[in-house]
Amino acid sequence: MTLTMTDITIEFPGVKALDRACFNTRPGIAHALIGANGAGKSTLMKVLSGAYTHYTGRITINGNEVTIRSPKDARNLGIQIVYQEVDTALIPYLTVAENIMLNEFVANTDKKTLVDWKTIHTKAKDILRDLNVQLSSRTLVSDLTLAEKQMVLIARAVSTDCSYLILDEPTAPLSFSETEQLFRVVNDLKKKQVGVVFISHRLPELFDICEQITVMRNGEFVIQEAIPDTSIARVVEQMLGEPLEEQFPSRTSTPKDVRLQVEHLADGDKVKDVTLNVRAGEIIGIAGLVGAGKTELCKLLFGATSKKSGRVAIDGKEITLKTPSDAVRRRIAFVPEERRKEGVLVEESVVTNLTAASVNNFLKVFSFLDFKKERSKAGEMINALGIKTPTADTLVQNLSGGNQQKVAIGKWLVSDADIYIFDEPTKGVDVGAKKDIFDLVSALAEKGKSVIYASCELAEVKGISDRIYVLYDGQITKELSASSTNEEELLYLSTGGK
Amino acid sequence: MAQTNTETTKPQFDIFNFLYKYGTIILIFVLIIVFASANPAFLQTNNIISILRSISIVTIIAIGITISLSVGGFDLSVGSVASLANAIVISMFVWYGQPTLIALVAAFTAALLVGLFNAFMIVKVKIPDLLLTLAVMFIIQGVALTYTRGATISQNMIMSDGSYATGQISPIFAKLGQVPYIIIIMLVAVVVVHIFLTYTKHGRYMYVIGGNEEAARLSGIPVNKYKVVAYLMSAFFAALGGIVLASRVMTAEINAGGPYLMDAVAAAFIGFAVLGAGKPNAFGTFIGAVLIGILANGLVMMSVPYYAMDIVKGTVLALALAVTYYKLK
Ligand SMILES: Nc1ncnc2c1ncn2[C@@H]1O[C@H](COP(=O)(O)OP(=O)(O)OP(=O)(O)O)[C@@H](O)[C@H]1O
Ligand SMILES: [Mg+2]
Repeated sequence: MTLTMTDITIEFPGVKALDRACFNTRPGIAHALIGANGAGKSTLMKVLSGAYTHYTGRITINGNEVTIRSPKDARNLGIQIVYQEVDTALIPYLTVAENIMLNEFVANTDKKTLVDWKTIHTKAKDILRDLNVQLSSRTLVSDLTLAEKQMVLIARAVSTDCSYLILDEPTAPLSFSETEQLFRVVNDLKKKQVGVVFISHRLPELFDICEQITVMRNGEFVIQEAIPDTSIARVVEQMLGEPLEEQFPSRTSTPKDVRLQVEHLADGDKVKDVTLNVRAGEIIGIAGLVGAGKTELCKLLFGATSKKSGRVAIDGKEITLKTPSDAVRRRIAFVPEERRKEGVLVEESVVTNLTAASVNNFLKVFSFLDFKKERSKAGEMINALGIKTPTADTLVQNLSGGNQQKVAIGKWLVSDADIYIFDEPTKGVDVGAKKDIFDLVSALAEKGKSVIYASCELAEVKGISDRIYVLYDGQITKELSASSTNEEELLYLSTGGK
Repeated sequence: MAQTNTETTKPQFDIFNFLYKYGTIILIFVLIIVFASANPAFLQTNNIISILRSISIVTIIAIGITISLSVGGFDLSVGSVASLANAIVISMFVWYGQPTLIALVAAFTAALLVGLFNAFMIVKVKIPDLLLTLAVMFIIQGVALTYTRGATISQNMIMSDGSYATGQISPIFAKLGQVPYIIIIMLVAVVVVHIFLTYTKHGRYMYVIGGNEEAARLSGIPVNKYKVVAYLMSAFFAALGGIVLASRVMTAEINAGGPYLMDAVAAAFIGFAVLGAGKPNAFGTFIGAVLIGILANGLVMMSVPYYAMDIVKGTVLALALAVTYYKLK
């Protein structure tokens, strides 16, 4: 009763994404798959779920060799996948039930033309109940949160015969309680003898939920171990090829004058009352759980949404930001959270993406572009962030998820601003790259820039910031100095504790 | 930990990729060979010039569409705008006896007002571009018809009061639609827009907006401003097309610009793939127009009856689009 993938090799123009990679798992357990950004995790799982036809290697189930060259092949073998980007797999204007039963609609085995709505809803409800998910089958998918959308996809996966379920970075966008719910579902599935493959860059959670772990590096298999036999430090060393040094760089510079002053800011919706200030050369953390209003606050500060009340001042002068281009003119930079939707241009090259926010710095006469200068700057950024790409001209859609994130961040590091706003900058990036990002953020402060660092990774907020504001339900509930607090206290405050 | 991937493999030859990049150009050469072997006159300088002249108006209008496509929009109103510009410029001469400059200014102004209206409705009211410009296409078609009272405007036409129109079309204006000027205007339009889109900051911004509007906005690009500019430019080139058309035929027939719309749309879409650009681009659009022009010309020379021509034309277009869009994932 096992699944094995042996010597899987696949090439894309300019890259060998998988090089004789191997993977073994069995039903009834959760199997962690880990590796740095671009190591080939998603690609390996796409092979398993039939997304590619041009790979070589062997796949067997229970000892029998199987052919998987299309998603249908995979589904017939009971292999289901929930991709990194949940939105692409859902139809927003259909109900939860219709989305869950989509495969059945399409397969429509008894060739009926009329849809039997009652059965559809009953079946969908049964599946949701089995999964222990509280969700009305008649809600429109467009009204769901990310976590709920994921549940719909999982429900769809298990709606048909499912013996293996692949979850590609399912927890990246989830809050603590949503993650707990997901884990409960995963544990239930394990009991039902489903084999779960779990990809994530959050190591601790892998150690919570999984029994086995497989490490990949540069498209190759490194090692497979039982979770109890290994440790986080060991796994990190295996995936990076070297032990990780101290994550957070130390800084010598001291904060100077107040640069950005925000008083009683509100947007009439999620952001209710925010008062904060940032000095030159200072990193402030905005600690808050998913849903606390961090993203809304960041967008408000960047002029992407408009404020209802309150005042914002830069260097003592009150300002109004109507659009993001106003903000850029005031030398504010913003790395949004939803990188694929808001941060990168997937059909453009890495170079074009990296310079998109600072085209003005790459001009010759009469707004003609200086391609040479652009390329050399992009090259620098690719090295500084360790962006894994065959060439600087590769389209961003061909990069791995984490490398796309790095491009989105790199775009703003290329531009020269005074105030940098980061919204969940480490989401989806591997531990090694996280360190690169921390180094770059702290170098910004070292150069006298002001940094606002919003994240739900409380340990990271504490590690990188000088001062921390806790955001709860759209309000700043506490201001702390980073050196005098700890993760537990931050968690307590972020969940509404006083 | 700058560990960029060094494990690159040799780029292997990929037939689909090759066809994607060069398919349109190969198709053009194949057509030339076929037509030339059927009728050697096809390759005579006269005929080549005649092809270039015949595609000028389509190309100019298609350039406008290309610009609207580059910001992720779509302007279907260009055909009507060309008709309107045509009607206005001829009427200025024939009905009102105005000098060339005034006639041109009037035509461009009217077109830019339409562009402004398009931009406002799309950017501010947020009507999807395809639907809005479809509506505007009908409106402007109607406006042009009403303006000309449903009649063809030409020199010495009979006016509604029974008298003859006295205005004359200026001889300078009449030159615009003749070889070589008509071809020069087209080539200048192609080159200028190509340089604008590929080599300037503004062109880069437009492509970025077309690629991901939200990302463009959050990169601090004034998205709305560029969209307005794009629709204005689109209207400008539509008007230019209409004016050149006016000069070429020296009349304003009803809905004269309408038939150019579909060819122009096709040229712009075929242009996406030329040399692997993967996005709307002026050079590609020109190649697309060349393909359409050669086809039309060759079919006439091979005496394909006019009623069967659309069948062949449509088929070859579908073929060109097939190589364009059949890409390996
Ligand atoms: N369609 C494609 N075309 C070209 N290259 C690709 C394609 N898909 C993946 N790659 C390359 O294959 C490598 C592995 O990518 P993959 O998405 O599997 O990484 P990953 O381990 O999932 O990383 P992440 O943690 O960032 O999601 C990357 O270098 C990527 O650039
Ligand atoms: Mg991935």
